[in-house]
Amino acid sequence: MNNILTIWQKEVKSYFVSPIAYALLTIYAIVSGFFSYVAVGYFLDRSIGAQAGRGGPMDVNEWVIRPVMMNVGVISLFLIPMITMRLFAEEKRSGTIELLITSPIRDYEIVLGKWLGALTMYACILSLTLVNLSVLFIFGSPDWRPVATSFLGMLLQGGCLLSIGGFISNTTKNQILAGAATFGVSLLMWTFDWFTGFKSDAWAKVLAYLSLTSHFEPFSKGVIDSKDVIFYVSVIALGLFLTTRSLESLRWRA
Amino acid sequence: MIKVEGVSKRYPGHTAVDNISFEVEKGQVVGFLGPNGAGKTTTMRILTCFMPPSSGTASVAGFDVMDQSMEVKRRIGYLPETPPLYPEMEVAEYLTFVGNLKGMGGNNLRKRVDEVSEKCNVGDVRNKLVSKLSKGYKQRVGLAQAIIHNPEVLILDEPTSGLDPKQILETRDLIKGLAGDHTIILSTHILPEVEQICERVVIISRGKLVATDSMENLTNRMRGSEVIGLTVEGQPESGVVQEKLERVAGVSRVILKLTQDSSCAFEIESLQGRNIRADLARAVVEAGWNLIELRPVSMSLEEVFLQLTATEVSA
Repeated sequence: MNNILTIWQKEVKSYFVSPIAYALLTIYAIVSGFFSYVAVGYFLDRSIGAQAGRGGPMDVNEWVIRPVMMNVGVISLFLIPMITMRLFAEEKRSGTIELLITSPIRDYEIVLGKWLGALTMYACILSLTLVNLSVLFIFGSPDWRPVATSFLGMLLQGGCLLSIGGFISNTTKNQILAGAATFGVSLLMWTFDWFTGFKSDAWAKVLAYLSLTSHFEPFSKGVIDSKDVIFYVSVIALGLFLTTRSLESLRWRA
Repeated sequence: MIKVEGVSKRYPGHTAVDNISFEVEKGQVVGFLGPNGAGKTTTMRILTCFMPPSSGTASVAGFDVMDQSMEVKRRIGYLPETPPLYPEMEVAEYLTFVGNLKGMGGNNLRKRVDEVSEKCNVGDVRNKLVSKLSKGYKQRVGLAQAIIHNPEVLILDEPTSGLDPKQILETRDLIKGLAGDHTIILSTHILPEVEQICERVVIISRGKLVATDSMENLTNRMRGSEVIGLTVEGQPESGVVQEKLERVAGVSRVILKLTQDSSCAFEIESLQGRNIRADLARAVVEAGWNLIELRPVSMSLEEVFLQLTATEVSA
């Protein structure tokens, strides 16, 4: 446990003493701020229509918060590879991996500590969304529960991609390669359910099940479904397990 | 303390380490010698549990590197060829991090960080970023990192590579200071270093063990055929002297090294096991020349090393 904490601390520190953390936070603040602004703009435009008697009932949760959270997921696709690409690749290139492996600390502790560090970085980025959303709470009274479940969903979904990204980073010394591959895999996992649009055989169903988006939907509506939680947790566990095994295999192949 | 038995490391296509066995006793400083690519780093990595051997066993302090790796790791301090430093950390912060990794903490660790900074002469940069340090400082921080948990065994992979002469001297002194408390294996291809620091030498070449012995025995062993330096004065014709010397019983070869004014210097090789110094002296004096120098030319470690590794290559 102490070892996990040591690694976690080191990871979080290394994000925040390098420009990575600040660059990612800034990029995220600008992009998510823009998306939130647009969502609110649409909402206002519609509300004028609603006053004139057209359109349905106005709902801030459904029309502003949900689209914003879905957009957050899209931005994460771009940011997560940048968080994970250095995770192992950098240690392998600089040789510090030798220090970690020859220290009396277990492989899973290294992997878990690093993953938690990346998750912490991701959570810091996500929390900026709260600043945007707080405006809605000041001037309106949206339901806070879907917001809370959306954040939980985002963390779980991010956790999946971070654990996959960590695994990919462990397979190479090249950070750019790790980042690019993670981005590709994330994008695919994001869009797997597009198959169901024109196909309905078993493969399409399997792929749709593996899609990260379809499991996020219920969270964004305020529903915590155990089947989605189990899906995310198992993907995270699988990613971490594979990372641990590939860290072990470093020795056999090195 | 360290026991290596029949260890091999094979990769598809080549064998990095081939059936190596040696032992190191507690408190000894052992030089691990070999040309580049001989398998030094691989052997060290096996001892530090970084990678397992393909076959054979190795143990440190009685613990097997495969089955009881945690126990081995606790007892080993390791400085890889490139010091494993995090550039974004400050020196003291880095040493604390490594201490934590080794299972230390609290006041104990804080005191230890001060101690090793002092010992390795990095106290004056303890609040500097590692990335801002010079090569010599980095190497010393690497050494400090290796001894932070006061390990029984120290494994140092080319601890002086890339340093300037002054830093090399400092690092050597540092290692000498650590000897006694720790059992040390250090790899190098700088031979005087071994002569200065190490009590024992393990020489490997192309993955195979070529020699393992104490420094003394090794140089003695290689001196099978003696070489004698001899300088004669009072005879301008060096050819005459050479002819005379060649006729002495037991001499296998006479090489003219230098002629100067009326003196000439030779190097004389004897047949194996023959002591020819007395006969040489008599021959010179009887001819009426002045013998001004007669000394055994001892083989330097360089020559020993080249001879050992060269036979290996040609074999």
